[in-house]
Amino acid sequence: MSRLAFLFALLALVAAGAARASEAHPTLAEVEKEVICPVCHETLDLSTSPIADRMRTFIRERIAAGDTKSEIEAKLVAQFGESVLAAPPKRGFNLLAWVLPLVGIAAGAVTVGLLARRWSRDRPEPVPADASANGRPPLDPELERRVDEELARFDA
Amino acid sequence: MARRGKTVLQAAAVLVVALLVALLTWQVVRTDQGRALGAKVNAGRRPLAPSFTLDRLDGKGTISLASLRGKAVVLNFWASWCEPCKEESPRLESFWQQNRNDGVVVLGIDAQDFDFDAKRFVDRYKLTYPILRDKHGSTLGHYGISGFPETWFVDRRGRLVGRHIEGPVSDADLERYVRLALQS
Repeated sequence: MSRLAFLFALLALVAAGAARASEAHPTLAEVEKEVICPVCHETLDLSTSPIADRMRTFIRERIAAGDTKSEIEAKLVAQFGESVLAAPPKRGFNLLAWVLPLVGIAAGAVTVGLLARRWSRDRPEPVPADASANGRPPLDPELERRVDEELARFDA
Repeated sequence: MARRGKTVLQAAAVLVVALLVALLTWQVVRTDQGRALGAKVNAGRRPLAPSFTLDRLDGKGTISLASLRGKAVVLNFWASWCEPCKEESPRLESFWQQNRNDGVVVLGIDAQDFDFDAKRFVDRYKLTYPILRDKHGSTLGHYGISGFPETWFVDRRGRLVGRHIEGPVSDADLERYVRLALQS
């Protein structure tokens, strides 16, 4: 168990280090995936429009000038507005875009849990232990006595 | 109690679905409004031009379409990376120089562009007519702009007239539709 925890902690450290490196010294490919072409509304890495080419040139220039990923994205937002970002910033009204999916997942989990509970409650009663061989509940004793009498009369 | 909870959940689900449908409808209607304007104008009708107030590219304040009432406006949508705009802009500049004292305004709207590229374009082609910057592209949907350049003509009463020109505007288009805009 402790080995597993150590492995997770190590992985988290590696991921955090990679994220810090990407923020401080981003590559064109990393920024391209986070920026939308305002003309075709695809991420830059998928777009071949003239403005996407121009934006790639701008990003290369900013990377060469030593800008961080956040600085480059802020400069693009200043030019094209927040809609240029593939993921909305985590503040104000845009926070809804981050929170709503989590709320949806939580609501779905609660609904599934409630339904599962209801289904398990609505299951048919288990067959009593003294059930006849065919799995049906035993006959009423009075009815059984009459059936026996009829059968005896029939045999006679 | 359980039934009440179920009713609340159902109402919430219906509300969420209704909101999503309303959002989708709003988006579709907004996009179609611009396209519908083109069809109306090309059919000879004169719908009111969608209003806007935008910053000037040169940083000297803002201009609203409403402030140009009483003048014929050539509304030209462009971007510096647009190839046909390079051929069209000198024609617009020439038309502006010839008609600026006769109640005509050529108004450029630069969108989906870097402002420093747009300024470089203006310097290179020596454009002197007012140019606005639509950073968020908010006017594009209202005017049904699907590419650059595109041009509309607004009459003295703020109505769209003539034709919605998709592609470079010609001298003949400018003469004909500005005359129409001035007659109203």
